[in-house]
Amino acid sequence: MRIIALNEVALSLGLGPGMALADARARVPDLETAPYDAQADAALLVQMADDMDRYTPMVALDPPDGLILDITGCAHIWGDEAGLVSDLAARLASAGFTLRLALAETPDKARALARHGGEMLAVNRRTPPGMLNEERVGYRAHLPIAALDLDEDRATALRRAGLYTIDDLAARPRAPLAARFGKSAVAKLARVLGEEDVHITPRRVVPALFVMRRFAEPVAHSDFVLEVIRDMASEAAITLRERSQGGRRFTVSLFRSDGNIRRLTIETGAPTRDPTLLLRLFRERIDALSDPLDPGFGYDAVRLDVAITEPLGAAQIGLDGDVATSEAVNGLLDRVGVRLGQNRVRRFASGNSHIPELAAFTHAANAPQLPMPWPETEPGEPPLRPLHLFDPPHRIEVIAEVPDGPPRRFKWRRAMHDVVAHEGPERIASEWWKRRDAKGLTRDYFRVEDAQGRRFWLFRHGLYGGEAGNPDWYLHGCFA
Amino acid sequence: MPDSIRPLAQLKRQLERLERPRARATSVFATGCDALDVRLGGGLAMGALHEICGRGADDHAPASGFALMLCARASSDKPILWVREDKGERMHGGLYAPGMVELGIDPGQIIVVNAPDTLSALRVGADIVGAMGLGAVVIEPWGTAKALDLTASRRLVLAAEKSGVAAFVLRDGASGFASAASTRWQVSAAPSEALPGNAPGLTRFSLALLRHRGGVAPFDITLEWNHENLAFREPPLLRDIPALAERRPMAA
Repeated sequence: MRIIALNEVALSLGLGPGMALADARARVPDLETAPYDAQADAALLVQMADDMDRYTPMVALDPPDGLILDITGCAHIWGDEAGLVSDLAARLASAGFTLRLALAETPDKARALARHGGEMLAVNRRTPPGMLNEERVGYRAHLPIAALDLDEDRATALRRAGLYTIDDLAARPRAPLAARFGKSAVAKLARVLGEEDVHITPRRVVPALFVMRRFAEPVAHSDFVLEVIRDMASEAAITLRERSQGGRRFTVSLFRSDGNIRRLTIETGAPTRDPTLLLRLFRERIDALSDPLDPGFGYDAVRLDVAITEPLGAAQIGLDGDVATSEAVNGLLDRVGVRLGQNRVRRFASGNSHIPELAAFTHAANAPQLPMPWPETEPGEPPLRPLHLFDPPHRIEVIAEVPDGPPRRFKWRRAMHDVVAHEGPERIASEWWKRRDAKGLTRDYFRVEDAQGRRFWLFRHGLYGGEAGNPDWYLHGCFA
Repeated sequence: MPDSIRPLAQLKRQLERLERPRARATSVFATGCDALDVRLGGGLAMGALHEICGRGADDHAPASGFALMLCARASSDKPILWVREDKGERMHGGLYAPGMVELGIDPGQIIVVNAPDTLSALRVGADIVGAMGLGAVVIEPWGTAKALDLTASRRLVLAAEKSGVAAFVLRDGASGFASAASTRWQVSAAPSEALPGNAPGLTRFSLALLRHRGGVAPFDITLEWNHENLAFREPPLLRDIPALAERRPMAA
């Protein structure tokens, strides 16, 4: 058993990661240990990353124990970068974490400084403003080549060549370095030096637009939170109007002061930027929550993300008020969708297939519509397809005069039905071209009417004697 | 006027004022069948609630077909919302779009709302009925739906009066419950006129008007749906009987 991680006190006693537990016990007999749980660590890291959403929407994980935040354009809320850093440091320190923070102009440089810069280059909340890494010169001399994250062979090769720090490397021409240690080493060097800026890949999709409000005191009143949401929606609407856009998906993140985050998402069927409508949808969403909002000790920040935007011009209302009507219907569908779930509001679409259960399907009403034509009906014919379709079909018992003839009587749901009129068979073959074995049972459909006038759609599954020895019968639908 | 009557009269006036908005909802839609429209005084009321009940357990499909056809008559190409309960979807089968096409109704006009239980179906249904811009609304709670009592139906009626939309409640079992609906229909399938080769013919219903708030006496009628011009009509056979009688040769 080996030591994976230890705290500052243990480090000061001369223990280190990778040491065998027995050795450590021999040195410090009363060592407190806990088994290593990689999954719990990963979960904690994700939770921390969620919490860091309050500083910036661009947060990336740097496993096993790192987080990278892109705070471009986010620092003004805290005054400047130093304000943000000290707020972040205080927040995590009060939660009991030991931190190594670094701030730099590129992610790789910041990462190198934090991981390899040692005590001297990392910033903490006691770092006075103006002493951030950006202004430090000579940091290169303190960064070991380990900061390049090269594999062991190349790192050894570099050390053998007498190159121990980034400074040693930076002074040299790059082409011979690339020839000897590989292009990736030079690329990495450029990144660590801040010459090349590779953006991080954030955990969440960065919203097209976001508005954030921070409170001096945590608020626990949900009405006030809704007021804030309205305020933020109005602010977002101004930007969206300037861009001639409307949002399709909105997310409100409620940051609780103890680090818990609640996210509420609404989707609309048509792009919108109307704060009143958004507020109503969020109110519905909050009312429909299965576990209600628990403000606990209060929320200290709220953020509104406009995750998806679509073009939306200024509304033009026709002479007959058509736009207003379709907007009213869309608004209604959004409201119902928010309450029951968007996938419970459905429209029909043609499936373009001759197999009855595939001939039509439903999709969420707010999804884009595919204008597929419906098959033409035969003029002068009675309805040939049922109004209700059972999926899967119901197995029935059928009595027929001859095995491959039409049904005479059948038993469905414990009741006998006498067939007085029938039409068929309408033979529907399986989609044999989609099957590897080119098989699949043919169905013979019959439209039948019983003595009471009820009309059913039955089929025999498989051709008698050929595909199936004694084919089963099914009831597939009921006509109106 | 004695003193005790005055407050009573006042209360009556107050009640009248509360009930007033109803007077607006007088427009009707025709079923397309003259015999039926004349009896109903022009057709069925918009901005009102109509109950449609299947006669037996197997008469759900005819009842739902009848509701769909009334929607097609009432909606004038505006969206039709159909609130279904999940249990009903399992028991009666899903609405099948090609079947609607066969009945002459465009499935693109219909939006189905699946509700997890009766209460949420009624709650969402009341919201939908009260919304502007819809053609017609069908609410289909499963089974006898005890939750749909007098109060719940009254709520739907008020919402329909506010929006002027034609609302239909589709339920199983026609008796033993109170409701505020304007009409109640009992629907069952009727034997169709067989086509050549003994094939089942056009969709035919046997309808019973069980109650009508406007004072129309209950009656029975058999109707056929003509999906080509989207209208009900009386079965040709019944119309043809007098004609046949005229053609009978005279006794010499």
